[in-house]
Amino acid sequence: MFFDLLRQPFVQHALIAGAIVAVVAGVIGPFVITRNMAFAVHGISELAFTGASGALLLGVDPVQGALAGSVVVAAMIGVLGLRDRERDSVIGTILAFGLGLGVLFLSLYHRYATAAFNLLFGTITGVSTAQVELLAGCGVLVLALVAAMYRPLMFASVDPEVAEARGVPMRVLSIAFLVVLGFAVAEAVQVVGVLLVLTLVVTPAAAAQRLTARPGMVVVLSVVIALAASVGGILISLTHAIPVSVFVSFISFGCYVMARLVGSWLRARPGRRGATPPGPTGAPGSGAGVTVGATG
Amino acid sequence: MGEPIVQLRDATLRFGDREVWSGLTTDIVGGEFLAVLGPNGSGKTSLLRVLLGLNRLASGTVTVCGRPPRRGSNTVGYVPQQRAFDRDLPLRGRDLVRLGLDGHRWGVGRPSRQARRRVDDALDEVGATDFADAPVGLLSGGEQQRLRIAQALLGDPKILLCDEPLLSLDLFHQQEVSSLIDRRRREAGTAVVFVTHEINPVLPLVDRVLYLVGGRWVVGRPDEVMTTDVLSELYGTTVDVLRVRDRLVVVGAPDASNDGLCGDGHHHGSHRDGC
Repeated sequence: MFFDLLRQPFVQHALIAGAIVAVVAGVIGPFVITRNMAFAVHGISELAFTGASGALLLGVDPVQGALAGSVVVAAMIGVLGLRDRERDSVIGTILAFGLGLGVLFLSLYHRYATAAFNLLFGTITGVSTAQVELLAGCGVLVLALVAAMYRPLMFASVDPEVAEARGVPMRVLSIAFLVVLGFAVAEAVQVVGVLLVLTLVVTPAAAAQRLTARPGMVVVLSVVIALAASVGGILISLTHAIPVSVFVSFISFGCYVMARLVGSWLRARPGRRGATPPGPTGAPGSGAGVTVGATG
Repeated sequence: MGEPIVQLRDATLRFGDREVWSGLTTDIVGGEFLAVLGPNGSGKTSLLRVLLGLNRLASGTVTVCGRPPRRGSNTVGYVPQQRAFDRDLPLRGRDLVRLGLDGHRWGVGRPSRQARRRVDDALDEVGATDFADAPVGLLSGGEQQRLRIAQALLGDPKILLCDEPLLSLDLFHQQEVSSLIDRRRREAGTAVVFVTHEINPVLPLVDRVLYLVGGRWVVGRPDEVMTTDVLSELYGTTVDVLRVRDRLVVVGAPDASNDGLCGDGHHHGSHRDGC
């Protein structure tokens, strides 16, 4: 029965869409963490909800609505160019309003209950061919943009001061990254829903970080974990009457817990940094032996 | 000493209505070690930003190697103050150094044996090979700053701009890091502009001091500038410069804790052994 299901177009669509979304989310995730933007991801996804519910009301494809909502708000956050703390308060404000607006749209729409549930908690089984094409198109766009700005974006994310000194266009990158993030979040919403976006966008990257300190390898592992969670979750959900997002978040979280365990073991191995506190040999202790004039 | 690397002529920097400094005129020559001193807000870091092409002068001219400063130029290397990296940050020492080579270029970048060798050489030069593969978040301040110097030197700069690179290092590491900078300028004739709150750790290396206070400035040899008369005139109030063994202590300057003395209320959380 399971293999019969795999032959169904709707299942194949779901798997393809799930794989695209996972690759996109896995690639973007490490940057979300180093740039400290998990909350922005959550905010953007709430606005994807607003967009999608507005689209339902207007009779437009909700995938397009989600894309429009999240990309517009992401670009807005980027153009405002806010500092960390201010950024979070603005995002909090916008997301709360956006959510209210979305609820209004849905209450004006007849099939309120199912539609809301699907948007909030994800529905991958009803993906049409056109939607798969749209997801694939956006996915290719996101990957191409990330590849184009990979090095300066990495530089700007991990070492902003020196990156700026080296002439990296910080503001342009920051806006471009948010727009790309808007696309990526709108994609992830299609699989796990608005409320569980972080399980694909942040958890796999967080797990990957525990396993390696190589920047490129983090991206690879993050994609692998996101793929396992997304495709694995869809496959399991085929034979269960429980939403996909449940399984996706379970697999994703399981990977994270395992990565933490394995990561602590890796770091605790003798000879590794972190196993013993680093310190130079023969460094003079503080205070003792310092000339009188230095005693502040 | 070598050719003039930096030429500042009647240079004035303004932020809005506030004049940060004005009429700044000096040359910085190859191999020279110029210490930039002054209280917070006197425009020390802004001077570095002018040389990096990130801030523009309101009037006057500045050239680096005969041209106006240009963002992302390889003629300029930059060493920032030590900062705390997240312990989890997926970035090894060698990755940090590598960013100095091609981190500003677009694209993913291909693995290149030549690039790898250059990074290895740079790591070797600053004695960082042993911890090159450790995550930067687990490295000590001194180790991080050695990587910073390797990172800055990868572009083979004619001038090294250092913004408080010794801050929050203990005495031992202060000496280690400053001697790396010193070696570079002696071997390669690289000019060094060294912004600092505290001249003592680098005093033996300093050729000239540029002292900025409230828009005014003095430049000259340390024994010319670091005197009671000159600094009193510059601050517009009585300031005493004491020599205690081989250290200079500036007493009585407004915001005085920033000068010869060690205590520094503006950079919190930094532990400073030897103070």
